[in-house]
Amino acid sequence: MNKKIFTIVAIAAVVYMTACGGGSDAPATNTNKSNTSATEEPKSMVADPVSYDPKRGEGKYDETNVKVDGFDAAMATKGKAVAETKCFSCHKSSDEKLVGPGWAGVTKRRTPHWIMNFITNPDPMIDKDPEVQAQLELCLVRMPNQNLVETEARELVEYMRQNDGAK
Amino acid sequence: MLAFAALYASSCKPKNAGTAVSGDAASKVYVAPGKYDEFYNFVSGGFSGQLSVYGLPSGRLLRVIPVFSVDPEKGYGYSEETKPMLNTSHGFVPWDDLHHVEMSMTDGVADGKWVFVNGNNTPRLARVDLKTFRTAEIIELPNSAGNHSSPFGTENSEYIVAGTRFSVPADDANGDVPINSYKENFKGHISFVSIDKNNGEMNLAFQLKTPGINFDLARAGKGKSHGWFFFSCYNSEQANTLLEVNASQKDKDFIMAVNWKKAEEYIKAGKGKKQTVKYAHNKFNEETHTAVSEMKNEVTVLDVAEYPDIVYFIPCPKSPHGCDVDPTGEYIVGSGKLAALLPVFSYDKIQKAIADKAFETEKYAGLPVIKYEAALYGEVQKPGLGPLHTEFDANGNAYTSFFVSSEVVKWNIKDLKVLDRQPTYYSVGHLMVPGGNTKKPFGKYLVAYNKITKDRYLPTGPELSQSAQLYDISGDKMQLILDFPTIGEPHYAQAIPASLIKDKQLKIFDINANKHPYATKGEKESKVVRQGNQVHVYMTSVRSHFAPDNIEGVQLGDEVYFHVTNLEQDWDVPHGFGVKGANNGELLIMPGETTTLKWVPDRVGIFPIYCTDFCSALHQEMQGYVRVSPKGSNVPIKFSLGEKAKDSTAPAK
Repeated sequence: MNKKIFTIVAIAAVVYMTACGGGSDAPATNTNKSNTSATEEPKSMVADPVSYDPKRGEGKYDETNVKVDGFDAAMATKGKAVAETKCFSCHKSSDEKLVGPGWAGVTKRRTPHWIMNFITNPDPMIDKDPEVQAQLELCLVRMPNQNLVETEARELVEYMRQNDGAK
Repeated sequence: MLAFAALYASSCKPKNAGTAVSGDAASKVYVAPGKYDEFYNFVSGGFSGQLSVYGLPSGRLLRVIPVFSVDPEKGYGYSEETKPMLNTSHGFVPWDDLHHVEMSMTDGVADGKWVFVNGNNTPRLARVDLKTFRTAEIIELPNSAGNHSSPFGTENSEYIVAGTRFSVPADDANGDVPINSYKENFKGHISFVSIDKNNGEMNLAFQLKTPGINFDLARAGKGKSHGWFFFSCYNSEQANTLLEVNASQKDKDFIMAVNWKKAEEYIKAGKGKKQTVKYAHNKFNEETHTAVSEMKNEVTVLDVAEYPDIVYFIPCPKSPHGCDVDPTGEYIVGSGKLAALLPVFSYDKIQKAIADKAFETEKYAGLPVIKYEAALYGEVQKPGLGPLHTEFDANGNAYTSFFVSSEVVKWNIKDLKVLDRQPTYYSVGHLMVPGGNTKKPFGKYLVAYNKITKDRYLPTGPELSQSAQLYDISGDKMQLILDFPTIGEPHYAQAIPASLIKDKQLKIFDINANKHPYATKGEKESKVVRQGNQVHVYMTSVRSHFAPDNIEGVQLGDEVYFHVTNLEQDWDVPHGFGVKGANNGELLIMPGETTTLKWVPDRVGIFPIYCTDFCSALHQEMQGYVRVSPKGSNVPIKFSLGEKAKDSTAPAK
């Protein structure tokens, strides 16, 4: 369990650093340019279209390792408990926005692996995903990394499916 | 960077202290933005009672760890959970004087698990956990007064010692005696505190009862001398007044050599006497996020007068301060702070002297005194004035601080020749080489912790920042490369490569593992409960609101306990909590942690609460209100978040 947490954190850290590190292969940053570049948007608001796949998101999950077959009610119940501790301070299960957007319909709009990538690895996706950035402009609070382990993330997806009518 | 270095060099006026700095100093201490220092440096905070953490070589202050003094910034000693950490047999003591630093060791090398520190005033020993950089445990020391000769440890941290600076009547003796009956009634005690290898927990294993003298510093033997401990002693005159004169009469005081393995055998054989005492033992529990203070009432004491093969006195010139053991464990350097030479004793010669009974004819307080020449390897002649403390590098060199002549002197242990001397600004006390007290010094740097600052920084009124100075010791000559200010008064310090600590850091407390009795794991569980005149608020914090944030039904005369759980699970997202008018500090709650602020309202009205630690773009919106009504008011307990107010039986949202 601890090992899993560590793995996720480590991956998140690596991804985060490559996203923000401004390494040698990154394009010239604002600081390297003259003052005339002041009209350029802040780096954090510029999507990186080259490496980022908005359908998949960024993280360890894709179609191959996230399988959603028949609905699992027990798993959804666990997911609801996780949400009550780690998510419901900011999200409602309805379509009403609290701090973040309401969850109703999210499984219709997003694939399960995109959701799992986003909730386990939010920082790089907030930096790169155009739709998430648009959301940030509405909410103004970056979704925190709540250190979800893989089982918790999967259970949350099951609860979101139940919330969207899966039986 | 070169420009910076050049500027720095050219700004140094000639013919003053600045000339000691050469042109490449800036590049040697420059740690670029976003880069890390090479060493963690744990520096005593002196009379601040706290432990400071600096990066080396930059001299950047990374953290101040509250240990023996309250710290309203972190809620330490203010939150209900941390108050028990400062409990003693005298009750809650909110301050102490932290002098020395000892890292836990494995096979004579610092292992990066814990740092032990001493409280000099109300005798205490503390353990700081290097996963959290928090004080994990504090133990009070009975029969002691002024825990100065502490917290020095053996090569596997089997024991951390605590020798009393002041001799006093034992705790179970009648202390209502004339002060000038010192020689008759006053005794010294040295505590041996054993350390649990796995969790670091401290246990007062036994005490040695000694003649009534003052213990100053100490070092454990290592390698061949593992099993022995060496304590510097002063006031062998046993004066009780004007020690400045009366404790400086004799040519020589003592280094007291203790065969602690032998003492341990006697204790195991049941030779110690159980003595009734009273001392506090305080532990912080990482699962409940709460400290518990336990009052203990017994200690095992071994009177060294009854077991003469435990303790041997070695004459040492003039009130020794440092008694430092070199990396091989063979050489013990005494630093008589009023002496004009440095004696270096030999462990092998001490053993031979004991075997040959090469003792002075006159015993001291009934205990054997080894002949000076029989224990002596040699003397460093005219090294400087006022030697205090010695550390070592890995190449057979020693570095000694000289308070009176204000310098650091490098000398060779084998041939006792002085190799280099560099001025300090001013009046150096302790010094530190990374690993310089261990079997394997890292060398590279030396830091002088100075007692006088004078003109080194921009003046700040009568009280000046204390001063540390960093030297590059990688070459033949020591090179001064940086001044940096410190908190309180820096006494001893130790340093360890950052790589041994930085990857072990706890980043968050797992909310699922939170066992605090008042934890609120999700807003659904948030509530306000009245129990008589106590009002318990089960509150959560998350970017960026509290639940609940509107509370009514509190009455004058109530004690309100805000139990705030930080629901965040991401690194570096603490929330703070403050209440208007509370006679208290703030709370600073780490992710996944629960912490409690007690508030006794003093008037009727509306009291704002808010988050004190900037947490998000909407941090300034993270606030709420508490309504306080007169005693006996019929306003019911009510709490809410958002629009809908609920009664006390339903969750906040």
